[in-house]
Amino acid sequence: MAIIETPNGFSLDNSGQRVVVDPVTRIEGHMRCEVNLDENNVIRNAVSTGTMWRGLEVILKGRDPRDAWAFTQRICGVCTGVHALTSIRAVEDALGIRIPENANSIRNIMELALYAQDHLVHFYHLHALDWVNPVSALQADPNATSEIQKSISPGHPKSSPGYFRDVQNRLKSFVESGQLGPFKNGYWTNPAYLLPPEVNLLAVTHYLEALDFQAEIMKIRTVFGGKDPHPNWLVGGVPCAINVHGEGAVGAINMERLNFVSSVIDRTIDFIDRVYIPDLLAIAGFYKGWMYGGGLASKNVLAYGDLPDAANDYSSGNLLMPPGAIVNGDLGTVHEVDLRDPEQIQEFVPHSWYRYPDQAAGLHPWDGITEPHYELGPNTKGTRTNIEEIDEGAKYSWIKAPRWRGHAMEVGPLARYLVAYASGHEEITEQINYVLRTLDVPVDALFSTLGRTAARGLEAQWCARKMRYFMDKLVANIRAGDSTTANVELWEPKTWPKEARGVGFSEAPRGALAHWIRIRDTKIENYQCVVPTTWNGSPRDNEGNIGAFEAALLDTKVERADEPVEILRTLHSFDPCLACSTHVMSEDGRELARVDVR
Amino acid sequence: MRETFYEVLRRQGISRRSFVKFCSLTAAGLGLSPAMATRIAHALETKPRTPVLWLHGLECTCCSESFIRSGHPLAGDVILSMISLDYDDTIMASAGHQAEAIVEEIVRDYKGNYILACEGNPPLNEDGMYCIIGGKPYLDQLRFAAKDAMAVISWGSCASWGCVQAARPNPTRAVPIHEVITDKPVIKIPGCPPIAEVMTAVITYIVTFGRLPELDRQGRPKMFYSQRVHDKCYRRPHFDAGQFVENWDDEGARKGYCLYKMGCKGPTTYNACSTVRWNGGLSFPIQSGHGCMGCSEDGFWDNGGFYERLTGIQQFGIESNADQIGGSAALVVGAAAAAHAAVSAVKRIRDKGDQQ
Repeated sequence: MAIIETPNGFSLDNSGQRVVVDPVTRIEGHMRCEVNLDENNVIRNAVSTGTMWRGLEVILKGRDPRDAWAFTQRICGVCTGVHALTSIRAVEDALGIRIPENANSIRNIMELALYAQDHLVHFYHLHALDWVNPVSALQADPNATSEIQKSISPGHPKSSPGYFRDVQNRLKSFVESGQLGPFKNGYWTNPAYLLPPEVNLLAVTHYLEALDFQAEIMKIRTVFGGKDPHPNWLVGGVPCAINVHGEGAVGAINMERLNFVSSVIDRTIDFIDRVYIPDLLAIAGFYKGWMYGGGLASKNVLAYGDLPDAANDYSSGNLLMPPGAIVNGDLGTVHEVDLRDPEQIQEFVPHSWYRYPDQAAGLHPWDGITEPHYELGPNTKGTRTNIEEIDEGAKYSWIKAPRWRGHAMEVGPLARYLVAYASGHEEITEQINYVLRTLDVPVDALFSTLGRTAARGLEAQWCARKMRYFMDKLVANIRAGDSTTANVELWEPKTWPKEARGVGFSEAPRGALAHWIRIRDTKIENYQCVVPTTWNGSPRDNEGNIGAFEAALLDTKVERADEPVEILRTLHSFDPCLACSTHVMSEDGRELARVDVR
Repeated sequence: MRETFYEVLRRQGISRRSFVKFCSLTAAGLGLSPAMATRIAHALETKPRTPVLWLHGLECTCCSESFIRSGHPLAGDVILSMISLDYDDTIMASAGHQAEAIVEEIVRDYKGNYILACEGNPPLNEDGMYCIIGGKPYLDQLRFAAKDAMAVISWGSCASWGCVQAARPNPTRAVPIHEVITDKPVIKIPGCPPIAEVMTAVITYIVTFGRLPELDRQGRPKMFYSQRVHDKCYRRPHFDAGQFVENWDDEGARKGYCLYKMGCKGPTTYNACSTVRWNGGLSFPIQSGHGCMGCSEDGFWDNGGFYERLTGIQQFGIESNADQIGGSAALVVGAAAAAHAAVSAVKRIRDKGDQQ
């Protein structure tokens, strides 16, 4: 076919060799990616397909709005809790429920703990193997690794040559056993891996350390929410009561519990400062020349903002993480985003496996329709249940295409950091400048796969400190005599109006998230979610604009056509979450077809 | 000759002493007598690492996230030393056809000697294409991998019961895996998610003893699922004494009273939350002030609101187990809960009287 110029400024050519990656691994959920390579192994066309569809919105219909958080929390167990938080905010917005200051602090601490853990797990356990070669670590000199460790992070206690030698021996035995487990069939001979053996050993060692430590961070949420993943939340506040003074304190949030949380926060700050950030910079230093993957980042990014400082105020001035939209790469203007405005956020489906009465129209989530319609285009290779190559000219994904004022947008840590940078956010600007200086790269370097990965690390660092801020705030408020954690004035449905509608938003680790709810006669009448990976993983829209994943893959040179290291790098830099993006379902939930089970 | 678990540990620099300690902790974690530690050690010294294929259907990945939070044993030790986690698309290095090839290889090379661990469930509508792996229905991959598995573990409530996507009206027709794997037992580890240390304990049990744990009628390991959360709840004395939280953040909440009136499903939920607890034994939902939602029970999404008070609790004693009560407890209608509370209180007073 001829070369297509997309309205959002990309050039697509699907004439070259088609490469299919399915399943894309080390993500949440299921996705597929197809690209076309030209004669120089450069990606000239990219197609991202959400390959699962689960749905919760129809299941929510007719249920108690106070239960919605538990359902929506099960949209995702990786970014566990952000959907629950967004849901209770939507219900509180609809019903005009105000929450106590302590509840606001505790919710923020819980969300921030997720940021720290989720970003850490993403970097070491989902993303690192795109850059780090564990097999090469066997060639490392542990003395040299120890020297590197001491130079990049003098404060980290685990730095002796013996320590790294032990890890190397463990790894050696593991590899020699022939049972490679998660490292099996990796791309360990691919020249795309650039780290010297000593840095590989360092990173593998911290892969193991981080795997142990991440579980500690989430204990913060277990204290307040009773379990993790999927802690408990409450419309009107938080379920845990505070009692630091009197009888029965052992059955509530007491001094021992507060001390526990406080100690985990300190250790989290330490771990990120001493392990995550130094590793990030060390690894990035070797890949400075690999500047692919910018995609939409230099054009259109979006953030809703989050972390209300005072309770109940969701205006931009009160959000520690700032909201805004940047379009056409103009960092000089941060546009205001209004989630209630029907003209701003709309979802399109011409290339998604859904049907609208008017295929070309975009619908605001309050008026959203989700009717599934699985059909493959005429140029598909394979069959309906055995897709060899997908036809992106037709419908090709279980993900819808959300747009902000018609623009495809990138969301996530990099989008947030760019919005904060453009808004003159002091702490974040300082962090960004530090990294640019350390790596000796220009601002434009942010618009890349590595920029995305770096922003995530910096955000983890910033969030860990904000946890400390809200913990201190919580303790100060308790000391001032306020132990309140829930507002029950409007708990009983009989106190609610006959009809209400609301919107709740947050910044999930993967990007901007919002839920829209309509309540009628105390039950949920309609519920819609637009989630981060719906933005980033979006297929084409009615005008042919491509989404963030597809845009970011373009023009990347791959070393070996049959080993998708570079494709994984860029997709992983978004931290895709497919269960989130494809949770939507039909209005009537009707059955479309059956297969015989037995 | 494949290596034994113990040999692998030794080669990985783990000392005999640590190994023995690990066996003792495992025995304790499973609620077994100290004498069993020796038997575990012997088993691990003579067995190779078992390949595990961990497949993902329709799910939210909370089971995997729970698994990596295991405090004893640490998830890293399970993955690197106890089993050979050869396929798990959430953490594996390879992707696409290199990943798919692993499933075929393990099924071929370890016929009858690998464990299939399933997270999530298959949708049957739309020819199974609501969940696509490698361009084909997930159902195909599941059946292929199940065919020659030594054992099938069903992680969490999705694989075990259907969970949230199967809640009314279940438009993808998502089904628990035992509806499509019918020729061998499926070990159900329900919960949304299951407790991390329960997950690792079940894996440890199988590779240690070389057999499946004893299961109840519904396929759940008796060692973790034979008692109700209510039976072992540390707030149970408040239930028996008639001391309840009446509203969020009230005096009762601050004193840690019973959450029954706030909708707690502990009295009808079979799980180990109140004993093993969560995240290294730190807390569990009731301890942190929210009632149990019953997430390990079949169809818990459709059993009434999470804040609706249970209206049917039988007055059975704590010696009753899941098999005797079955799944009927929540359905029994009557003022039984209140009666249960009253009877408990009366019994307590009477027992006290007897003693005097």
